[in-house]
Amino acid sequence: MTQPNPLRDPQDRRLPRIAGPSGMVLFGVTGDLSRKKIMPAIYDLANRGLLPPGFSLVGFARRDWADQDFAQIVHDAVKEHSRTEFREEVWKQLAEGFRFVPGNFDDDLAFDQLRRTIEELDQVRGTGGNYAFYLAIPPGFFGDVVGQLKEHGLARPAEGSWRRVVVEKPFGHDLQSARELNRILDGVFSPSSVFRIDHYLGKETVQNILAMRFANEMFEPIWNSNYVDHVQITMAEDIGIGGRAGYYDGIGAARDVIQNHLLQLMSLVAMEEPTSFDAESLRIEKQKVLSSVVLSRRLDLTTARGQYAAGWAGGEKVIGYLEEEGIKRTSATETFAAVTLNVDTRRWAGVPFYLRTGKRLGRRVTEVAVVFKRAPHLPFSATSTEELTQNTLVIRVQPDEGMTIRFGSKVPGTAMEIRDVNMDFMYGGSFTEASPEAYERLILDVLLGDPPLFPRHEEVELSWMILDPILEHWAKKGKPEAYPSGTWGPESATKMLAREGRVWRRP
Amino acid sequence: MIELTDTNSSEIAAEFVRARRRAGSPAMGMVMTLVIVVDEDLAEDAMAAARRASAEHPARVLGVILGDGRGKGVVNAQVGTGNGWTGETALIRLKGEVVKHCDSVVLPLLLPDSPVACWWPADPPDDPAADPLGALAQRRITDVASASRNRTRALHQQCAAYSKGNTDLAWTRLTPWRALLAAALDQHPLKVTSASITSERVSPSADLLAAWLTERLKVDVSRSSSDGPGITEVVMETKQGPIRIARPDGRLAVFSTPDRPDRPIALKRRALPELLAEELRRLDEDDIYAATARRLAKTAAVS
Repeated sequence: MTQPNPLRDPQDRRLPRIAGPSGMVLFGVTGDLSRKKIMPAIYDLANRGLLPPGFSLVGFARRDWADQDFAQIVHDAVKEHSRTEFREEVWKQLAEGFRFVPGNFDDDLAFDQLRRTIEELDQVRGTGGNYAFYLAIPPGFFGDVVGQLKEHGLARPAEGSWRRVVVEKPFGHDLQSARELNRILDGVFSPSSVFRIDHYLGKETVQNILAMRFANEMFEPIWNSNYVDHVQITMAEDIGIGGRAGYYDGIGAARDVIQNHLLQLMSLVAMEEPTSFDAESLRIEKQKVLSSVVLSRRLDLTTARGQYAAGWAGGEKVIGYLEEEGIKRTSATETFAAVTLNVDTRRWAGVPFYLRTGKRLGRRVTEVAVVFKRAPHLPFSATSTEELTQNTLVIRVQPDEGMTIRFGSKVPGTAMEIRDVNMDFMYGGSFTEASPEAYERLILDVLLGDPPLFPRHEEVELSWMILDPILEHWAKKGKPEAYPSGTWGPESATKMLAREGRVWRRP
Repeated sequence: MIELTDTNSSEIAAEFVRARRRAGSPAMGMVMTLVIVVDEDLAEDAMAAARRASAEHPARVLGVILGDGRGKGVVNAQVGTGNGWTGETALIRLKGEVVKHCDSVVLPLLLPDSPVACWWPADPPDDPAADPLGALAQRRITDVASASRNRTRALHQQCAAYSKGNTDLAWTRLTPWRALLAAALDQHPLKVTSASITSERVSPSADLLAAWLTERLKVDVSRSSSDGPGITEVVMETKQGPIRIARPDGRLAVFSTPDRPDRPIALKRRALPELLAEELRRLDEDDIYAATARRLAKTAAVS
């Protein structure tokens, strides 16, 4: 037991958490994820003084590059995408720690060189043997890379240091493949050293769901089936699949978005109060929600899927999914998915959760809408409340982060006329300037070894258990229904809610 | 900006409402009121710094310029919203008798229920908590480094007059140094036997850093001077050798520790808006500053 650091004091909340000596090895240097998110986030962290002195970044890719070429790639990515201003001295601090190792994932020599590079960095930069391996590569290669790391002794930390692995979605394409993937990682890294990134969980607004629910007294009493009619969780994109045909076809909207982002959002909205905010307590509560999800027996009536057809989106003429480059004309991949989930707990019995996601929808928006029941009695004439709908609390996750409360109010005038009004809390106005990009937060958490915001494999598997029956049902039903681009999805989604006497919000 | 001459608080408040209506009643989400007590010639810079800081902490910003206290009282104000502000702003000029009763002008303009911070960009009152405007605030921000004369005495005065909620930007400027020193001891959990600080000859921040290190490490901290800027070197001696952070140019520091190679690390002197934004991030008492100020006041009284 070492003595506590005399310069630290829990009361001293000005002092930021700075990661200890460490470095990162990035696989998949040239991908969008690396250039648009990871590299800028690393620079922004350094700029905010949160990276340790001597932090080093090793790139690994099948390119014939020297260290300087890699530094140039990072430089360009940072210049273009970083959130904070570019400062020469910060760049200098970072750039001294850039290394590049060229090679294939099955190339023993390259991994030997990687090990030597890491050992050299420990000497020159003082990284102390602590490394995070960021696998920004398709999951098909995870096995190769992780196997190589093991074989070359890179996965096992020396006494007093750590090795961690960071992976991105998709975490498999069904329960079986998720287990297989987990088996690959688990065989090499301990469960607490595997960090699965769901960047939604790094967003301020998402973390604020917990603050809003559990730091306040006014929301929690009505957060149950006595007052809530239903919950709608939407993640809509206005763009098509772009150049991601190879990734997207055969995967589809449900696997791409519902399995991870939407089910995680749902578990934060629906969970019971955790006993504390450590990783373990949060995981237990999220797991309880996911394991109490029940699907309706009539999946044909309670789910919907669609595929965007050509149309006009936002004033531009766009092509349909089947005309996209690299997509087979007969593809049955859905680009829109909506599901009804029931959470069988005392709190939520009888309150359906409607989850939907899609590409080429009306606009880009992610939100959680908690729709309340109508007042049991209205002491007004029927005509005066004609325009009054249901009270709603909307958590706007992105863009325009914040919260909206929708409630009835009297229209000024002599008659008693009641209409819906919105009350907005703008996260943007109040706090965002300082709020870090999700990736900054998550990368820092990886380096600090702080896991509350990362889903564990139990959660991943439970999510697949929810989704698998739906996917199987769809697989038997042929092709998804076409919907014109730029609209809010197929007719069947509207009908799915109409059957239960409800309508989708226009987000 | 709307000019109001020979006005009063309720007219200023009414102008706030009108200005917000004109802007289409946007959701403002203001979280606090920031009162800036400033001279005419510093007002513009101080308001500009507050504008930058208001991006992180939307606030109603009230600049108060205290003029000559003789003669009949006059209140003039410029009121506005928008234009780079995320909140509302008023620059209020007081002259005559009302200068002594400036709190009566400010009190009706505070946002309901929200916290109040008061900032003196240059010469602070000897006891900010006893000042009529300071008394309205939960957070009183002074800046002895920009006091017009004898900055060391100004610091000792502020430390002696410390009361709950007081803070000084000389302390805020230290945060990156303190973070790095703490991180150094995280990495090398060694017993520090002595420490030394090299800085400009007069540096309130260095005085505070010395007091903090003495308070936390229970060791002697020696001082020497350099040409600056600000603090140029801090060394913590241990049995294994020194932990040294040297920053000769105010931007890039070299971090040296026992048995490890030297590493460069960015350690930039921060500008006023950043300092102000950090200060407004937490509005409860800063216990560590309180302890440091008490320690400094004690040593200053002895010497």
